[in-house]
Amino acid sequence: MEELLQQLFNGLSLGSIYALIAVGYTMIYGIVKLINFAHGDVMMVGAYVALAGTIMGLGFIPSLVIAMIACAFLGVLIELVAYRRVRPVSRLAALTSAIGMSLFLEYTMMYFVGAEIRTFPPGVLTERTYNWAGIIITNKDLLVLGTTVVLVVFLQFIIYRTRTGKAMRAVSYDGQAAQLMGINVNNTISITFFIGSALAAAAGMLIGMYYNSINPLMGMMPGLKAFIAAVLGGIGSVPGAMLGGILLGMTESLVAGFGGSMYRDAVAFIILILVLLVRPTGLLGKDTQEKV
Amino acid sequence: MKKNLPIVFVCVLLFALFAVVQVGLSSGFISSYWETNIYLIGINIILAASLNLINGITGEFSLGHAGFMAVGAFAGGVITLNLGLPFLLAIVVGMLAAALAGLLVGLPTLRLRGDYLAIATLGFGEIVRVVMMNIDYVGGAAGLMGIPAVVNWPIIFISVVFTILLIRNFICSSHGRSCLALRENDTAAQMMGINITYYKVMAFVIGAALAGLAGVLYAHYYTIIQPKEFNFLLTFDILVMVMVGGLGSLTGSVVGAVLITVASAFLQSIPELRMVIYAALLIASAVFRPQGLLGAKEVSMNLLRKWGGVLNGSDGSKQAQ
Repeated sequence: MEELLQQLFNGLSLGSIYALIAVGYTMIYGIVKLINFAHGDVMMVGAYVALAGTIMGLGFIPSLVIAMIACAFLGVLIELVAYRRVRPVSRLAALTSAIGMSLFLEYTMMYFVGAEIRTFPPGVLTERTYNWAGIIITNKDLLVLGTTVVLVVFLQFIIYRTRTGKAMRAVSYDGQAAQLMGINVNNTISITFFIGSALAAAAGMLIGMYYNSINPLMGMMPGLKAFIAAVLGGIGSVPGAMLGGILLGMTESLVAGFGGSMYRDAVAFIILILVLLVRPTGLLGKDTQEKV
Repeated sequence: MKKNLPIVFVCVLLFALFAVVQVGLSSGFISSYWETNIYLIGINIILAASLNLINGITGEFSLGHAGFMAVGAFAGGVITLNLGLPFLLAIVVGMLAAALAGLLVGLPTLRLRGDYLAIATLGFGEIVRVVMMNIDYVGGAAGLMGIPAVVNWPIIFISVVFTILLIRNFICSSHGRSCLALRENDTAAQMMGINITYYKVMAFVIGAALAGLAGVLYAHYYTIIQPKEFNFLLTFDILVMVMVGGLGSLTGSVVGAVLITVASAFLQSIPELRMVIYAALLIASAVFRPQGLLGAKEVSMNLLRKWGGVLNGSDGSKQAQ
């Protein structure tokens, strides 16, 4: 029982990182209907910027903020360069462009910093462990959970309490109608990329600390899994992405904890296919009727 | 009415291509480095054309091609290496195994649309990879080693011609036209009495079987196959060939496969910048030519005449198709 709870808790902190990436994915997908394959790599860039910050002696929060701001602008730039012209023409071409952008970020980073695995300097976080009713909790877990909760609450505030958020919801509901109402669709899309990429950068720093390893290809798998989490929860829905991320993280921890670590990566996909077969729109997705 | 190239002309052209490469190989004029790349081009043409059948002709969006290729490669490898049976049987079994995998994956997932199908098939590819890594009979993570190297130029050539002919004839058949109809508008196609699930699965299974063929060839050329080679980056590579050539154009897939394989062969000499340039080219081609080099056109008499007309300064024929 304690073992189970321990694994569930480990899954909760891993899942909250997935959730953070998935939220960005789902926002971007919801608004431009494009799988932004470069999202995981924006996360990787975020981890490196944060690493640079901590090496220069900055603390956790300043590094996090710098990484988020840098990646937010990177996200806007990616949309401007690789997606803006292609999006209206062909979705598949946009997807090719996204794949190209993902490879470009990975290998440009590898060219400049090398392929070796790096770690955050030890001063950033002195590890402490707490024992709470038999479950071992590290301050790393608490930091990850805390950061995620703060960021998601802030995101919910932006989406549901500001004019920008209203515009984002409108564009994602119906881009053309939103444009007719005087919303600047392109700006709104840029803002979505700005916010989504900032969240990815935060996730990058957290996942770099969680696994204590940073390398240029670290964004690939978590990026893919975060997309699965987003689809699982119902793409386009922010609470759905949270739920999907945490479910996925917990399942993975359980599978890994009970001896199936070889199958850890496959389990994510099996869950995805099963959920899609039963509920094609995901757990919290809205069912859309096709009009003829 | 689309006019095809005269059959005699095509046969002569194909035979000439075959003979030139054959002579080049046997006289040692083509170095072993380029020999590998020529074989790779052949395998890539099969992969790109079969993915185009699913993604371009039928309009589904599959990202599981590396998975089907892996199924074919490992099934074929087991036949020749573990059981010691002839290569021809390996091709048949590899294709059947991949087709079966296509059927098993296709039946449930083809109810999904667009990006959901993409991510489900991508998941299938990853599952295949992980499962292969955990089956000791096919070597686990180390894969199969010492598969007999029986693939030569005639086998590659015949396989490529077989693939192209099969897909081309499929497109021109009534089944193929049904697939084209459901690409254009599946609701309308369904109302015209086309069983859309049947045709989606059919195209999917044929595409998977051909990917399996490519897998068998790959396994019997390189003699070593590891599950980790068949990851989603391989699928992306194939997708890029299809996209660069032109989605829905068979000739485009051939052009795309040749271009991408040759480009990556040339970029081998600068390994550290290779992927950066490759990625930049990819973005540029998507941004500046989103419909691919050939769009959805095929090389036919009319298109050649049009190009001839452009060269001569006149307008040529009005329409390519």
